[in-house]
Formats: sequence, structure tokens, C-alpha cells
Amino acid sequence: MLKLELRAGSSRAMAYLSPLLALCLTIFFGALLFLALGKNPLTGLQVFLIEPIRNTAAISELLLKTTPLVLCALGLSVCYRANVWNIGAEGQLIAGGLAAGSTIIFFDHPDPTLSGSMVLLLACLAGVIGGALWAAITALLRDRFHANEILVSLMLTYIAQLLLMYAVNGPLKDPNGMNFPQSKVFSSEYLLPHLMHGSRLHIGFIVMLCATVLMALFIYRSFAGFRLTVGGLAPLEARYAGFSSRRALWTSLLISGGFAGIAGAFEVAGPIGQVLPSISPGYGFAAIIVAFIGRLNPIGTIFGGLILSLFYLGGEMVQSRLGLPSAITGLFQGMLLFLLLACDTLINYRLRWKKS
Amino acid sequence: MTSTAASALPRLELSGICKSYPSVVANDHIHLTVAPGEIHAVLGENGAGKSTLMKIIFGAVKPDSGTVRWNGKEVRVANPQDARKLGISMVFQHFSLFDTLTVAENIALGLDANVNMTELAEQIRQTGANYGLELEPHRHVHTLSVGERQRVEIVRALLTHPQLLILDEPTSVLTPQAVQKLFVTLRKIAAEGCSILYISHKLDEIRELCHSATVMRMGKVTGHCDPREETAASLSRLMIGDTEISHPHTADTPVGAVRLSLKQLSLPKAHAFATALEAISLDIRAGEIVGIAGVSGNGQQELLAALSGEDRRAGSDMISLQGQAVGHLGPNARRALKQSLVPEERLGRGAVPELSLTDNMLLSEQKAPFIRAGMINFKHTIHAASQIIARFRVKASGPAALARSLSGGNLQKFIIGREIMRGPEVFIVAQPTWGVDVGAAAQIHGEIRKLKQAGCAVLVISEELDELFELCDRLHVIAKGRLSPSVATQEASREQIGLWMSGLWDQAGNTDTQEVAYA
Repeated sequence: MLKLELRAGSSRAMAYLSPLLALCLTIFFGALLFLALGKNPLTGLQVFLIEPIRNTAAISELLLKTTPLVLCALGLSVCYRANVWNIGAEGQLIAGGLAAGSTIIFFDHPDPTLSGSMVLLLACLAGVIGGALWAAITALLRDRFHANEILVSLMLTYIAQLLLMYAVNGPLKDPNGMNFPQSKVFSSEYLLPHLMHGSRLHIGFIVMLCATVLMALFIYRSFAGFRLTVGGLAPLEARYAGFSSRRALWTSLLISGGFAGIAGAFEVAGPIGQVLPSISPGYGFAAIIVAFIGRLNPIGTIFGGLILSLFYLGGEMVQSRLGLPSAITGLFQGMLLFLLLACDTLINYRLRWKKS
Repeated sequence: MTSTAASALPRLELSGICKSYPSVVANDHIHLTVAPGEIHAVLGENGAGKSTLMKIIFGAVKPDSGTVRWNGKEVRVANPQDARKLGISMVFQHFSLFDTLTVAENIALGLDANVNMTELAEQIRQTGANYGLELEPHRHVHTLSVGERQRVEIVRALLTHPQLLILDEPTSVLTPQAVQKLFVTLRKIAAEGCSILYISHKLDEIRELCHSATVMRMGKVTGHCDPREETAASLSRLMIGDTEISHPHTADTPVGAVRLSLKQLSLPKAHAFATALEAISLDIRAGEIVGIAGVSGNGQQELLAALSGEDRRAGSDMISLQGQAVGHLGPNARRALKQSLVPEERLGRGAVPELSLTDNMLLSEQKAPFIRAGMINFKHTIHAASQIIARFRVKASGPAALARSLSGGNLQKFIIGREIMRGPEVFIVAQPTWGVDVGAAAQIHGEIRKLKQAGCAVLVISEELDELFELCDRLHVIAKGRLSPSVATQEASREQIGLWMSGLWDQAGNTDTQEVAYA
């Protein structure tokens, strides 16, 4: 009989192996899923996992989708380290995207007052502020009224979505848009510059890489990052040390909101190029998985981001090639998180074969 | 103890019990025999392997090898339910009672599902009356004193009619008077034929109570003896080996200005199970060690939180540090005024178990050169942690060792080292040697005396009377959130302090109740 046995201490190796193990198991169960759907499992996996990275153009799409995933996950990692359960990155992303889009539309008229790069800079700033403000609502309610941040941040996501709907049906609606609920398409000088010719990959990708390094410095080298980690890991020690838990709540939520906000700004000013009723296919939610796959480590989130981005592209592929529903993406995401949580058991426990 | 007991089969016989964990051999070929009706002491320092052995007997831990005989028959105790079926009961050091339930409800939880509560209440009263363990079955546990809570645990154990009762450090929370009362009860239980395994490291109690003793050191049995015929010194040699521990008596240092002063400090309860502090006044001068005795749960935690700055509800001038009103200031502002504080809980307040010793430095070192421009100066922090490890002889693999990988005593040395290296002028320490072995305890006491010599004002809050009498110049007692007047240690007697621990310093000579204050 297979038995779980408590380890003497938690295994560091297993902490890093667990995401890989979960990924392998996800692929295995994914194959079974394709089989159950009446497809050749190898073909299914090939279309889902290999097709999206077949050439440079495809890989640039992969990196494009990685950008918002990693940006959101970086912020979430800070929150989760501080034991603040923000699961509303999606709403903060939408708020940031809306703020950035509104900024561009405000400046985008025939005789421009500001240069394109200046407007983009302002739009990104607006994105950060928009996302941070949206997260601040959660922080305020938790701080003042002890409201549960999980529920508040999640519900605020739906409010952000409705706010976006209102904006594209009202103030931001394109006057020449045949009454479609969307803004006008931004002029090209107000779009983020592309990194390569013929690819949608934009400068936000570089910003994301820099942000990852900065975040690693913040978490592992700065005293502010240390305070957040101690506050999350050990609240009583934090009190003894004199680290304020209120400050940790506000700091982590504002950082997280800011990062999700800029991710939204990059989407709106990047691949989308206008404000639409939907500006994210759930990046903010998928980023929760990215953060955990990355072990709440900024460098790790890049790997997590690549995997989840692959799942998004794979979902589109199986839809067009195999005629399967794109809900496959959600299934793979769910399996990965579920299996990761299961595999994480092995960090503190080991499997032992026991003769009964 | 009786002639029949000697001829009868032993109640419990362990032979060749071994248990090893990845990093330590907890039990190495342990032999132990307990006769019916015998009070048998298992004596050893913290970490000697006593707890593991008791858990093996109680079925909570499985031995790697060795046999357990129960009334002559070999048995395998797979789990605590098995143990209870055999007739083994255990009273743990840390009580497992629900504060919000009544005595009877708590006891019912451990019994079969369908118990008649009226009958149970009657049983509790009767058992209590038989053994001098008076309890009111319908009182809520949170209104009980620590001594009364222990009675609930013992009554719960007795209701299963055990043939062997295991008590783990039962007196660590009791006043001297309550200890005597407990002993009367235990002698009565034993006289009726129930064997008692009494785990302790307190030599005097064992010599007074127990018929025989098994002494353990580092996982091995180092001797069997009759404690009534041994001296404290001979028992302690068996327990800690031949290492002689000397207490260098320091010359008295002149007492200086008041460094820490509490004036009528009162704080209402922060939550339902807390203790309110009532008009606590206290002065600690440079170059003296002041002790606060008392049974835990009488306001020590609340007082410490107010002193550390974690609880800032006090009026600012109720607490003054170095002449400044600091009641409203947080822990860091008080550190800036050269106050160091070692909390009672080492893991869980004084150090983060999952972090390295280096990282744990930063809990109280939050200024240059440890922090520069908001970034951690790891080079300096590692250096400082290494210095503490070397100077305080902390057994650790290095500054990168995780706090939880250290034994209790070594972690305590590290934390005390961290707080001393800051060069404090006011040093507050709670339970400095709780769960620490004799060698480390002597070292910690030595460091505290050195602080005093250096002119530091020291406050020691402890439940161990021996420790307070050894260290302190003056003693206070805390009970029910009130603080007694101070008495010079040379003029104090253990009886007087024991009485004060019940809150009876106002009515001198009135000894009709020996009950400890409500926790």
C-alpha cells in the first residue's frame, strides 16, 4: 500500500520539482482528455503544445501573451508572500486598461498636443494608477471593515468588467463606429512600438523582463520586501519586530494592482489598439496559477507565464485544427493548478511503499 | 511498594525500545519496568527522549524495535485508542481543553458518543470528591485557573479507570501550594493500585513523590534508582553527566538611575480570554535585575506586549523608558531607546522558523549598517549572525541554518545573543530558560548577570521560582493582572512568593484559599 509519510523537514528539491511533476501529469491527463474526446491523443498534444511554438512568428505570439500573465503574477506573488489573498488581478487589469485607453483617447485627435511616446508614457502611468486604485478599494475595505479580501477583490473584478462595458457603450464609444460598443482604433503613433517587423510583440515585453529583475531585487534584497515576507510567513514575529500589518496590506495590494494595471495598459495600447468590451481572456485569473507555478519567485513566474501562455495558444489551435471547444484552455489551466496543489503535498510528505 | 506489588507481574515492561528520527536517536535500547501501584519517575533534561518514550507507550509513536509487555503479555499499541483500551491514560503538559465549553462537555468529548450528561456530571463530582479534585461540572473552562484545568484533565483520565496514568511535567504550571495538593491526589490514586509514570526534570519533587526513577540522557537510560535514597546532586549527575556547572557569583554592582518605569499601567482585556492589567507600577534601575514571578496566564503576556510596544493602548506616560514617555511608541521606537526584549515564544515570536539565522537578525536590527538605503546589507548581517554563533556557542551549521533546525536551547542562545549584541540599556526577558538544558541555562544566566554588571536594567519574567531566586535582586509577583509590591530576594521565602502567586499580598497571613488566580 502506498502511504504518505511526514518528512523530517520540507524538501527544497521537491518545492522546485513539484511544478514540473504537475506539468507532466497535466500533459498525461490532457492526453486522456483528447482520447475521451475521440481524438488521437498524440495529435491532440502535438496541436496543443507543439504547434504554438513551431516558428519565430508563433513564438513571438507566445511571448506576447506571456507579458500580461507575468506582470500580473509578479504583483500577485508579492501579495501571496504577504498573505494577502488578492485574486482580483483581472479586475485591476481591466481598470488599468480602461484608464490607459481613456488617456490615449483623450490625447488622440487630429492636432496632437503631445508626442506619441509622451502619451504612451502617460497612458502606462494611468494604467498603473488605475490598477492600483482598483486594488486600493480592496485594501480600504479590508483595513477599515475587516472585509475578506478574497471576496472583495473577486467581486470587484465583475464591477470592473461592468465599468468597462459602460465606458465602451457610453463615454468612450466611437462616434463613427456604427453604434458598436467599442472605442475608436488608436492612431498608430499611440500604439506601443513593436520589437520586430511583422510581429505583434511590443516593447512591453522588455518592460516585463526588467520588472521581473526589479521585483526579484525587491523581494530578496530590500528590507521592504523582507518585511512583507515576514508579515505573511509569521504575523506574530512581524508584530514583535514592529512591522506594520496595515502597511503590508496596502503595500502589497498597491504593488499588485499597479502591475496588473500596467498589464492592462499594455494590452490596450499593444495588440488590441482600442478599448473593447473585453480586453483580457482571463489573464488576471490565469496569473494566479502562474504565480504558484513560479513558486512566488519572480524569475519562476516567467516559466509559469510561458506555460500558461502556451495553453492559451494551444486552446485556439485545437479549436481551429481539431474542432474542439476553446474551453480546453480552461481545463488545462484547472488541471495544472489542481495537480500542482496535489504535488505540493510531496514537499512536506514523501511516498512510502508499505506492506500492509 | 507493597509486598504483593513486588511479587505480582509488572504492570508495564519495556525492553530494547529504539526510535530514531532522521537527525537524532531519540530512544536507544530503553528498558523500563513499572510495578502496579508504583509512582515511577522518568527523569531527564529536555531532549533526553522522555516525551518520545511516553508517546510510544501511549501509541502515538511507533518504535523501530523493542517490545512492550502489559501485565505480562506482549502487546502492540498501535494508537492512543488501543492504549486507552488497555487502561493507559495520559495527561499532557499542554492541556487540550476547549475554553468555550463546560467541564462536563469537555470530558464528554473524550468519551463515547452517547453519554448521559447528568450521569457524567455526577461521576465527575464523585471522582473529584474521592481524590480531592473538586470540580464544578457546569463551569466554563475559560473561567478556571490553570490548576483547575489540570484537574479536569486528570479527572478525564481517571474516568476511564486507568491502570497506568502518565503525567507529563504536571507541576510546571502550578504554585508550590497547588503542587502539594496534587501530590496528595497522586498518592491516593497510586494507593488504589494505579501505576503512575511521572515525567519531570524537577529533582525535589521526584525525591518527595516517587518510589523509583529511571533517568535518561541523550536517548539512553543512564540509571535506575530509588529517588528517596538519592540526593539532588546524585540525581542531577545521572541526568546531566559529570559536567560541573558553576555559578560565578558576581560582586554587587551599584544601582543607578531608573531606566524603565511603569506608573499605574492599566489595560482592559484585548479579547475575551485575555487578562486585564490593573494599576501596575514598577521601577527598574540601572545595574539591577528585577524578577516577576507568577503562574502563566496571570497577565504576563499582556504586560510583555505593553512593554515591547506591540500593544500601544497604554497612555503614553504610563510607561517611561530612559525618562521618556513611550506608552504610545511601537517596538522600533523603543529599540531606538536601547531597549531589548526577548519574548517567551522563541519560534513564533522571537524568530521565524522558516527563515535563516541571518534573516532572523533583521527582526530587531533594522538600521544601518544592517539596512542601507532600504536594501539589506547581507555581508554585515551574515557577519553579525556568525559573531553571535561564535560568542554564544550556538550549535548551528552556520548563519544560513534555518531557525527551526536549531534546538530550543540553541535558538534561545541565538535570540538572547541577538538582543544582547545590540548593547541594550534596558533588557527584558521572558522565560529565559524555558525548555533549555542545564548547560545552556547556566550560560544564559551568566550573560544576564554580565548585563547587570555592565549597568543594564534587567527585567526577568519567569514561572521558575528557582531561576528567579538565583538571578534577581528584587522580586515582584503578578496575579490576576495585578503586580505585588517588590521584595528583596534575600528577604523573600518561597512560601511567601507562593502565597503571593495566589494574589494574596494584601491580606497578609490569610491562607484560607490556595487557589491560583483565574487564568
